[in-house]
Amino acid sequence: MATSNLVEVQDVTFSYDERRVLKDINLVVPRGKVVAIMGLSGCGKTTLLRLIGGALFPDRGEVRVAGRVVNKLRDAELFALRRRMGMLFQFGALFTDMSSFENVAFQMREHTNLPESIIRDLALMKLQAVGLRGAADLLPSELSGGMARRVALARSIALDPMLMMYDEPFTGLDPISLGVIGQLIRRLNDSLGATSIVVTHDVAEALELVDYVYYMSAGKVEFQGTPDQVRAAGLSSLRQFVYGEPDGPVPFHYPAPDYRQDLLAQ
Amino acid sequence: MTGRIAELLRALGARIVNNWIWRLGFACRFLWFTLRESGASFRRFHLTIREIYFTGVLSLIIILVSGLFVGMVLGLQGYDTLVRYGSSEALGVLVSLSLVRELGPVVAGLLFASRAGSAITAEIGLMKATEQLSAMEMMAVDPIARVVAPRFWAGVISMPLLAALFSAMGVFGGYLVGVRLIGVDEGSFWSQMQAAVDFREDVLNGVIKSLVFGVAVTWIAVYEGYDAPPTAEGVSGATTRTVVTSSLAILALDFVLTALMFRGH
Amino acid sequence: MMTRKELDLWVGIFAVIGIGAMLFLSLKVANLASFSAADSYQITAKFDNIGGLKVRAPVKSAGVVVGRVGEIRFDNESFEAVVALNIDGRYQFPKDSSAKILTSGLLGEQYIGLTAGGDSVSLKGGDTLKLTQSAVVLENLIGQFLYNKAAEGTEKK
Repeated sequence: MATSNLVEVQDVTFSYDERRVLKDINLVVPRGKVVAIMGLSGCGKTTLLRLIGGALFPDRGEVRVAGRVVNKLRDAELFALRRRMGMLFQFGALFTDMSSFENVAFQMREHTNLPESIIRDLALMKLQAVGLRGAADLLPSELSGGMARRVALARSIALDPMLMMYDEPFTGLDPISLGVIGQLIRRLNDSLGATSIVVTHDVAEALELVDYVYYMSAGKVEFQGTPDQVRAAGLSSLRQFVYGEPDGPVPFHYPAPDYRQDLLAQ
Repeated sequence: MTGRIAELLRALGARIVNNWIWRLGFACRFLWFTLRESGASFRRFHLTIREIYFTGVLSLIIILVSGLFVGMVLGLQGYDTLVRYGSSEALGVLVSLSLVRELGPVVAGLLFASRAGSAITAEIGLMKATEQLSAMEMMAVDPIARVVAPRFWAGVISMPLLAALFSAMGVFGGYLVGVRLIGVDEGSFWSQMQAAVDFREDVLNGVIKSLVFGVAVTWIAVYEGYDAPPTAEGVSGATTRTVVTSSLAILALDFVLTALMFRGH
Repeated sequence: MMTRKELDLWVGIFAVIGIGAMLFLSLKVANLASFSAADSYQITAKFDNIGGLKVRAPVKSAGVVVGRVGEIRFDNESFEAVVALNIDGRYQFPKDSSAKILTSGLLGEQYIGLTAGGDSVSLKGGDTLKLTQSAVVLENLIGQFLYNKAAEGTEKK
């Protein structure tokens, strides 16, 4: 079992100060697959990604990537492991003082001693893969939101990672850019032979492209299954989430005293 | 009653410990990390050169212009006072000693804190707020080595040069006003200055002062930026704190250094 | 966006003018170059009282700085202050020159004034000045004044 799963999260509990964010999470990501972690904002999805990347450590439980326990690695080992991971941040997190090209070349310059000509070729290849070779010399401030996201994607695959993590890759994109990013996630995963984890609340887009879905709510895995199983599931909170109904198990109103009483109180 | 006083004291103590002692301890640990991770700033010196451009070269105009005006004002005011005692030739001494010992390092340090220090804090704070630092960490690059250390060393290198430029410009300004405008004898202006200003006592101590201020200002600036809450208000608050804290630090350190250097002279 | 070459150029200019300013402060303002120990010779002078004279105080002749005080120590045999003077090698003084401790202005710094004598032989390194005049100590002066006044008073009676 350990060989077929690239990421295994076992009984992980995590809290920020007093606030419990994750409660006994169990989750596996098989090699070569694209797995989505879905849920409402603030349900702990991003925290889970950070745990896998070793930026945070769980209070209890184990996070294993490629058979190694992330939360027990020494700094140098963790850094070595991270070189084989790529992460796309919510808004791209491009280095604002570097051109697109320099952003993509960043890791190559930091981690390898490749000559400039090879770095140039490699970086241009990555930019070509996301269709932005022509924007190599533009600064992040000169790119549209969708283009910036694609450059960030090119940057995160710079060293051909075995594990790709996407933190809300669809947020704030127009429908065309959204489709482009969705396609790229699938295509890059298959062509690089990587494994991908997509954290999102964009249901429609995610269900189109992933192999397996974990649905999280209030720090727990509420439901898991293939996209078809998700669509067919009877779980009411999941239904509300998938079909975007405004009211349901997750209430439209924030808890408040009785409306009439509140109005008449003055 | 005593219960309330005890409560108040405890709250005050907790505030001091949380806001000051804890932060100071963290800042020291942060400085240690910065020094430990400084290898790349020198091995790949172009990283530091880039930051010297932003902290040093871009501060040139304000430093040169301010130095010139401060020197010119010293020339006018100094002449006005000295001429009453019939010793207007000592104008060069007055201008150069005040600049080299005090005004050069201190005023250049204050200008440096508000021009370069605030920029450093804002830049690092924004990089944190836009997850650039997290991204770097996820790419297995230590942001302290790649972002913080080069800025720190750039500030430490730039500050003495800027202070020297400020003083030199100030002496020139005093010369313009005193000799060219008012007509103090040029020979005695320079020779009295040269007789009174000592290389080790005055010039070297001034350079040491500016070096210490450079360390203090950039340390505060990089720390505030790195520690800033990752929001717009957080970054703007940190920028303000950088200017306020480093200005106070410069003035307090100046007193301590002056007491150590010029005691008994 | 600036290229690396442009950055290097600007930082280079910055470093050059910054170091230039430091040199200006050292050489032109503090006058480090014009007076190095290499081309100076040392003579000594003994004083009964040096007042507030300090090491590195100027040695002037006819108002021109010709050297600096190198060292001040106390001679435990003659109970006098021994002051070593570093005189610039460009200047030669007759062997019977005299040294005085003077004050610049009323309350200014104390310095040593050299007055040239008439001897045809010049001072060499290691020589000692025979003729010296100590610093004027204000307290002694006042004491003397009061003593004289008192003496005058008794004479008149």
